Amino acid sequence: MGLSISFNLNGVARKVELDDPRVTLLDLLRERLDLTGTKKGCDRGQCGACTVHVDGRRINSCLALAVGCDGANVVTIEGLARGDALHPVQAAFIAHDGFQCGFCTPGQIMSAVGLIQEGQAGDDPERVREGMSGNLCRCGAYAGITEAVIDAQRELAELDRRQVA
Amino acid sequence: MNNFDYLRPSTIPEAVAAASAPGAAYLAAGTNLLDLMKGGVARPSRLIDINRLPGLDRIEPLPGGAVRIGALVRNADLAHDPDFARRFPAVAEALLSGASAQLRNAATAGGNLLQRTRCPYFYDVASACNKREPGAGCEARGGDTRLHAVLGWSESCIATNPSDFCVPLVALDAVVEIAGKTGRREVPLESFHRLPGDAPERDSVLEPGELIVAIRLPAEAAAFAAHARYLKVRERTSYAFAVVSAAAALRIEGGAIVEARIALGGVALKPWRARAAEGMLAGARADGAAFRRAAEAALEDAKPSGDNAYKIVLARGIVMRALMLAAAGTPERMPALPASPFALSPGVLQHV
Repeated sequence: MGLSISFNLNGVARKVELDDPRVTLLDLLRERLDLTGTKKGCDRGQCGACTVHVDGRRINSCLALAVGCDGANVVTIEGLARGDALHPVQAAFIAHDGFQCGFCTPGQIMSAVGLIQEGQAGDDPERVREGMSGNLCRCGAYAGITEAVIDAQRELAELDRRQVA
Repeated sequence: MNNFDYLRPSTIPEAVAAASAPGAAYLAAGTNLLDLMKGGVARPSRLIDINRLPGLDRIEPLPGGAVRIGALVRNADLAHDPDFARRFPAVAEALLSGASAQLRNAATAGGNLLQRTRCPYFYDVASACNKREPGAGCEARGGDTRLHAVLGWSESCIATNPSDFCVPLVALDAVVEIAGKTGRREVPLESFHRLPGDAPERDSVLEPGELIVAIRLPAEAAAFAAHARYLKVRERTSYAFAVVSAAAALRIEGGAIVEARIALGGVALKPWRARAAEGMLAGARADGAAFRRAAEAALEDAKPSGDNAYKIVLARGIVMRALMLAAAGTPERMPALPASPFALSPGVLQHV
């Protein structure tokens, strides 16, 4: 079987020839498709900096083989904004100082979008912190991150209401 | 990471045939395997990607009340399945206390049973490890042994099994369904993982090529739904393996215990069912004195494998606490910090 994969990346159909089965989704994104927003922190599934969405679910892209993503729908931090309009979670991270150095931020934001879509945490800060515990922030911006997630969730719910109405 | 051949079979017999070759390994989510391969701890020459095998991703209610969990059901999907979580709340709580949301979205039920120990000497390829390299010796002995086994260990290996999921499963008499070259067979989860003895390189009773296809919980396991908890002591609040953990499930009628189930995690190379302790609780009143006696019985055979005598005391305490919380009743909603022994009143800050 050839190592050619076709998948949807941030809304665009992509076809990639892999020369090696060892390439992770993270390395495919960063090293071969030049999408360096997704960060490599630990590369071992411990820090969450590499969080992306595969088929609508947040996962650690460092622990996924690219070849396994054949046919998948992948969304990275580069796929969140609509032109110059930031995604509400991105805007909330800025509004609440949800970062300092910024290295973990793309993973935090992708994780937060996933958390909100999963709908398990509600506006309970304790559940938000627990749901975000797979994303480490060495600057310690956790207080701002929690506020940003809760605020963005409120904003997204409001947008949903307006769209329905 | 070593190079490997990548195969993606479309049927179970094809997968079993491909995985029967020496050096082959199954790949599901890869959340443990890829980590081990990156560290050079696992070096499979052939990966059999089973993610596209049909029919393994279902949570299937069976006639009579049992439930069949397909090997490819993702941890998060199982824990958040409303019917499953209502009937087997301690299993859902254990799942949600493990790893992170990202890992639970990927990691599979079958893979959870096959995760390798987190012993740092197993992970460090410069250290001698009988599990990684049979006959090499064990550098954990006399080393940093704070987190090592206190039950069922041998001179050749003092590692522990890291699974949360397996702890309530073994308490509830789960059965592992396995496909192999000669057909299907079933193994009770309690006999699935091996104690180290003198062959710690073999984690389970699986033969080469054998594939976990499902995990089944019997109908009787749902009878504990009103009084079932999983408790887990970690070195940080969230996203950490158990130092020790316990699942407790009770059937209580008129203040008396009809049947008790107890299992421990983080104490041995397998999820540890405490049958003697269970037997002591049958017919007893559900009170602290009975739970203390049961906790003492659960750890009666424990002995430190190094600087970890504290784990015996801790495990005793966590068994007792799990029993008390189970007796108090399964919470209506999953706690904000699943399995945390530090849970306070609702609304009080718990992440410290």
